[in-house]
Amino acid sequence: MSQILTTPAAPAHPAPVERELRRERLAGLAQRHGAPAVLVLAVLVASVLFPAFPTAENANGIAIQSSFLAIVALGMTFVIITGGIDLSVGSVFALGGVLAAYASQWGPVPALLLPLAVCGAIGLLQGLLIAKTGMAPFIVTLAGLLGARGLLLAVTDEGSTTYLVPKDSAFLEFGQGTFLGIGYPVYLAVLLFVLGAVLLQRTRYGQAVFAVGGSPDAAALMGLPVARIRVLTYLLSGLLAGFAGVLNASRLSSGVTILGVGMELDAIAAVVIGGTLLVGGAGSISGTLCGVLLLGVIQNVINQIGTLNSSYQSVVSGLFLILVVVVQTFLGRRRRRPR
Amino acid sequence: MTDTTAVPAASVDRARLARWAQDYGVYAAVAALVLFNIAFTDNFLQTATLRTQLVQVAPVVIAALGMAMVIGSEGVDLSVGSVMALAAAVLPLYIGYGFWPAVLVALLVGALVGVVNGTLVAVVGLQPIVATLALLVGGRGLALVFADGQLKGITNPTLLELGTGELLGVPYTVLIAGVLALVIGFVVRGTVYGRQLVAVGGNRAASALAGLPVKRVLIGTYALCAVLAALAGVLATARLGASDPSAIGNLMELSAITAVVVGGTPLSGGSIRVLGTVAGALLMQLVRAMLINHDLPDSSAQMIQAAIILAAVYIARERRTR
Repeated sequence: MSQILTTPAAPAHPAPVERELRRERLAGLAQRHGAPAVLVLAVLVASVLFPAFPTAENANGIAIQSSFLAIVALGMTFVIITGGIDLSVGSVFALGGVLAAYASQWGPVPALLLPLAVCGAIGLLQGLLIAKTGMAPFIVTLAGLLGARGLLLAVTDEGSTTYLVPKDSAFLEFGQGTFLGIGYPVYLAVLLFVLGAVLLQRTRYGQAVFAVGGSPDAAALMGLPVARIRVLTYLLSGLLAGFAGVLNASRLSSGVTILGVGMELDAIAAVVIGGTLLVGGAGSISGTLCGVLLLGVIQNVINQIGTLNSSYQSVVSGLFLILVVVVQTFLGRRRRRPR
Repeated sequence: MTDTTAVPAASVDRARLARWAQDYGVYAAVAALVLFNIAFTDNFLQTATLRTQLVQVAPVVIAALGMAMVIGSEGVDLSVGSVMALAAAVLPLYIGYGFWPAVLVALLVGALVGVVNGTLVAVVGLQPIVATLALLVGGRGLALVFADGQLKGITNPTLLELGTGELLGVPYTVLIAGVLALVIGFVVRGTVYGRQLVAVGGNRAASALAGLPVKRVLIGTYALCAVLAALAGVLATARLGASDPSAIGNLMELSAITAVVVGGTPLSGGSIRVLGTVAGALLMQLVRAMLINHDLPDSSAQMIQAAIILAAVYIARERRTR
C-alpha cells in the first residue's frame, strides 16, 4: 500500500526530482525493511559474541518461545493497520489457556473449541462496540482487558485453581509434539503467518483493512463495509490471541492464571518495530514476524550474558521501541513531506 | 397528543438527559453509591472505613490528575505506573542523604521521564501511546535494575510518618491529594498555561497558528504528569513502608485513565474536568470497596469495572460530535 506514496511524479524537473525520489525511495525501503536488516545484524552480532547462540538447539528455543507472541502479534497487526489497537490480547491469551486446560478433561476437541468460542466472542463484542458505537478502540479494549481477566478469575475460583491437562490427553501433542526436531507451535505460527500474509495482501478483506486504516471516511465513501471490516478484525485478533493461549496451555500442560500480563505491550512493540504504522493504513505481516523474532533474540542474548537480570530485557526492549519508532517517524516525515 | 409532536419532545428530553448525564452523571453515581453504602454496608460511616477508602484512593487521584491534563492535551500517558516504580526504586538509594533530598531526586526522575515523553510527543511527533508505551516497558525494567529486583524496607522516620501520619485526623496522603486537586483545578482554569493546554488539546494546529508555544506546553504537561506520578509513587512507598518496584504502580495507568474517563473528560482532548476526575477515582474506589464488603469476588469486581468504563465512555461519546 505504501508504494503509492513513491509513484514517480511528472518528469518536469528531472534531475532534482529524481534525486529526491531516490532518497524517498531509500527512506521508504529502510522503513519497510528496517526490521529484517536489524534482525540479521542482531543475529550476526550475537553469533560472534556468544558461541552458544548460533546452535540449532538455541534457535529452536527462540522459535518456540516466540511462536506464542507471534500468533498474538499477527492479530494485532491487522488491528493496528485498521488504525485501532487491541489492549485485551494479554488477558484473552491467558483466558484461552485456562479454558483450554479446563476443557481438556473432555478431550482435545472441546479444549480447542471452547477457548476459541469464548475468545472469539470477546473479540466480536469489542469489534461491535468499536464499529457500531464509535467508542475509541483504546478504551473498549481496555475494558476488554479487565473483563477478560475478571472472567479468567471467575473460572479459576479467583485464580486459586490451576487446571491441569490430563497426562494422557492427545491435547498435549499440540504444544509439545515435534516434527523434524521442531515443535508444532513453530509450524502452526509459520502456517498462520503465511495465511495471514495471503489474507492481508491477496484478498478483498485485506485490501479493505488497508483502506479502512488509511481513511475510514474515504473507505466508507467507496462503499466498503467499514463497520463489518472492523468487527472482523477484532474478532480475528481475539481468536488468534485465544489460540496462542490454547497452544501455550498445551505446552505447559496446565492453565496458568498469571500469564499474559503486559503481553499486549510486547505484541504492540513487535508490530511497531516491524514497521507497521500505528496511525493505520500501512504495515506488513513479515515485518511483525521480524519484530517478534527481534524481541526473542534480545531476550535470548540477555539470558546468554547471564550476569544481567531479566529486568534489563525490558529496558533494552523499551529503548529499541523508541529507537525504531523515532527513526520510522523521521523517515516517514521525509517521505510524506509533499503532502 | 399525536405521534408527530411526541417524537421530537421525547428526543429533546433524551438529548437533555444525555447532556445532564455527561455533566453530572459521575457525581450522581458517587452520591448514589455513598447512599447505598450507608444503607446496606455495615460500618461504612465509621471513620476507620472512610479513612481507609480515602488513603487507598489518594495515589490514584494524584496520578489521575496528571493523566487528566495529558488527556486534555489530546494525549495519553501509559508510563505513570512505571514512573511510580522508578520513584519508589530511587527513594532507598538516596534516603541516606535525608528525607528531602531523596524525595526531590525521586520527583526529579519523574520530571526527567516526563520531559522525555513530552519531547517524543511534541518535538519528534510520535503518537503519545507509543512514546509512553516505550517508557512503560523500559521504566519498570530500569526501576528493577536500580533496586536489584528486591524489596527494600524504609526506615527513615520522616518518610514513614508521611505514609502513616495525620493532621487534624486527616492522613497526610489524603491531604496532599486534596490540595493537589485544588491546585490543578486552579492551574487548569485560572492560569495562562492552563488555557493554553486546553487550546492545544482542542486543536493543536490552530494553537500553533495562534502563536501558542505548543511544544513547551506539551512537554510541560507530560513533565507535570510524571512528577505527579512520581509523588504518587513516593506516597505509596511511604504507606507501604517499603520500596517494591515490581509491584508499586502496577496497572496504575489503567486506574488513572479510568478515573479520568469516568469523570467525563473526553479522550479527544480540549477539555479537562478536574473535579470529575477526583469523583471518577472515588467512584471506582467505592465500587470496589462495596463489592469487597459484600463478598463479591475480585473477578466480578473487574468485570463490573469494565462495564462502568464502557458505560461512561458511551455516555460521553456524544460530546465529541459537538
